[in-house]
Amino acid sequence: MPMADNEALPDPPDTGPDNVIHPSQFDWVKSASPEEVPLEIHDMTVAYHKKPVLWGVDLAVPKGKLIGIVGPNGAGKSTLIKSIMGLQPLSSGWVKIFGKPYRENLKRVGYVPQRESVDWDFPVNVMDVVLMGRYGRLGLIKRPTRKDREIARECLDKVKMLPYASRQISNLSGGQQQRVFLARALAQESDVYFMDEPFVGVDAATEAAIVELMHELKEKGKTLLVVHHDLPTAKEYFDMLLLLNMRVVAFGNTAEVFNVELLQKTYGGRLTVLSEVAEAVKASQT
Amino acid sequence: MRHGIKNTPGKGSCAARQRHGAGFPSIGVRSILLRLVVVAFVVCLAPGCLADRIGDLTETSVIDQAARFFSFRDESLRYALLGTILLGVNCGLLGGFIVVRKLSLMGDALSHAVLPGVAIGFLWNMTKDPLAIFIGATIAGLLGALTVSAITHTTKIKEDAALGMVLSGYFAAGYCLTSMIGRLETGNKAGIDHFLFGQAAALNRDDILLMSVVTALTVLCVSLFYKEFLVTSFDAAFARAVGFPATLFHNGLMLLLAFSVVIALQAVGVVLVSAMLITPAASAYLLTDRMHRLLTLSALFGVATGAIGAFLSFLESGLPTGPLMVLAATLVFGMAFLFGPRHGVLIRWWRQRSRGHRVRRENTLKAVYQALERREFKGESVTLLELAQRRRETEEEARQQASALIRNGLATRHGTGEQIVLTPEGWLRACEIVRNHRLWELYLTNAAHIAADHVHEDAEKIEHVLGEDVVRQIERRLDFAKTDPHGRPIPSIDDMRRGAGGLFGRDELVGYGKTT
Repeated sequence: MPMADNEALPDPPDTGPDNVIHPSQFDWVKSASPEEVPLEIHDMTVAYHKKPVLWGVDLAVPKGKLIGIVGPNGAGKSTLIKSIMGLQPLSSGWVKIFGKPYRENLKRVGYVPQRESVDWDFPVNVMDVVLMGRYGRLGLIKRPTRKDREIARECLDKVKMLPYASRQISNLSGGQQQRVFLARALAQESDVYFMDEPFVGVDAATEAAIVELMHELKEKGKTLLVVHHDLPTAKEYFDMLLLLNMRVVAFGNTAEVFNVELLQKTYGGRLTVLSEVAEAVKASQT
Repeated sequence: MRHGIKNTPGKGSCAARQRHGAGFPSIGVRSILLRLVVVAFVVCLAPGCLADRIGDLTETSVIDQAARFFSFRDESLRYALLGTILLGVNCGLLGGFIVVRKLSLMGDALSHAVLPGVAIGFLWNMTKDPLAIFIGATIAGLLGALTVSAITHTTKIKEDAALGMVLSGYFAAGYCLTSMIGRLETGNKAGIDHFLFGQAAALNRDDILLMSVVTALTVLCVSLFYKEFLVTSFDAAFARAVGFPATLFHNGLMLLLAFSVVIALQAVGVVLVSAMLITPAASAYLLTDRMHRLLTLSALFGVATGAIGAFLSFLESGLPTGPLMVLAATLVFGMAFLFGPRHGVLIRWWRQRSRGHRVRRENTLKAVYQALERREFKGESVTLLELAQRRRETEEEARQQASALIRNGLATRHGTGEQIVLTPEGWLRACEIVRNHRLWELYLTNAAHIAADHVHEDAEKIEHVLGEDVVRQIERRLDFAKTDPHGRPIPSIDDMRRGAGGLFGRDELVGYGKTT
């Protein structure tokens, strides 16, 4: 079935003759133990209604890194995350988490969806939402225990939201809502985290708190992949960057990848973005 | 107690009711509506009032009727009451999830789509066999839901249009089939017409058995999988990411929904069954912010409205149960909408009103302060005329405002009563408002670089909402500035405590802190 789908797809988008990324870049994976590779993607293609969103993505992520996923609107950043977690059917390719398919290792994956993806008038309070982070470990039918509540409280405390535990979620600011989602992901006690635009619509204090938390997680050997839309801060926040525009344009240490040539390639010919890129690069070099 | 009520408003309603009865000998729609309203009123307000008339039929008073109805003594009524209670629990529980998942219209479409299935189930062996009808109706309902999803997935037609078409298309087919059955010569077709608007009194033992099974199933599913239904409703993507089969739970919920629509048909009828799903749950949603409480309340409302509907239909034998139940549910919703303690219209109106009053009082205080400031705080009393001029109001309005201040302990009358003096409390609040206003103006001009003649309007609004901590922060950021952009002094905390005379370099102090 995937093959048939594949044949119907149009030609791949032209991202230039020489993509910087090359599958051989990930040869190190072959000799690494599965524990060293939180995420490996091979030739992943994803399409919505036969229109490709991601094309032939290859990726292997080393452990304990803070990785930003950067690219223009419609580059497939959110789709990449969703496809990794099985929320989007793949037209081809495969994904492995610590050497196993996602379904077999899903307890090791934490997820922070986009804040707008849920209805914040839903009749739950902050504690209820954070407890949902424990559901994956509980499995079906079992109810959260006292221990789960204790963990949820600790996670709320880490994002400084413990005093708000019994608030209804519609009475929170955007930044507070994002912190609740982070606490829920923390409660998953995972080894690799996927965060979809955690900095959108949050106040400066929350942004700083999120960055601090991300570094804390990294220190504990966790791996974080974060969809990010703001170039100037991308350079500052992340160890590694994945430049994405339907295909992987480049993946590497921020210092190597964050340059005019590659960013131009990622963002195509769009002038407004280009000038933004130039600004960002200039700012980073001074 | 009963006599008292009997002789006062209830009697009037009784008379009114009889007049209408005489005016419309044949029972038209309007007459039914009027009767309903009157019956509802009478039942709520004057239980003894109907005694004479009901007495003709069976017992002596509504209370006796109610006792008989709710004590499960009468066998046929026992089924009616039991059925509606089961129904209330079932629809209430499912409705809670239907409403928070925004599937309410789906419930409506499903309920209309079951009608052809009912007819075919009846044709199966030409009798009202609950099981055959149940199976036929469930299949038709699910087919309806499938049709909707087929239309939305294969064409560019959106869900609302698809739901509208499927709802009416299936209903039309079902209505034609049931009318044909109604004209058939053979078979025991009694009661097929009840499927449109419901007749709880027609419920029999088999119906109750079926209802119990479905309700038990619903209660079991909701209590076993509460956590799963909760997370898949709130954040389906997250639920799937942690390994919960969200689609399976969605389909399971749709199946339970189909079941409960089908068992509700007898009692509520096709046309109104979705109201039993939506209205109790929506009422509960207005009253609570937690899902488990919402479900409990919703089930309670379901039971209450079901039982009331069945009882009313029993009083006025011949009236369909469905509309009465839905009316009762709507009444509950109306109460929640108007009198809900948190989101109710009344409380919101009250809060807004008191906020409006507070703002007006604060503006008056500010006017008093400005009047005092104009004469550099010489003397403490302000005449109503001065106040009126400052506020650009009539003297009468100024008098009302002054009275409002006095009522709230912010000012006292002075001299002949045409003058007022602020109390310490009023003085402090007046200073605070002026301080908020001027600091905010200064902040906007200094920090946000807005022209000095653009900041007044904004400050007029913000002065009433700034908290003390924010004001102190602003003051610190402005380096404890002494004058606002228009050159007027900003009262500091110190000035507020000592009195404002100091602002003009005089020893005579005005306001709070003056030797009292």
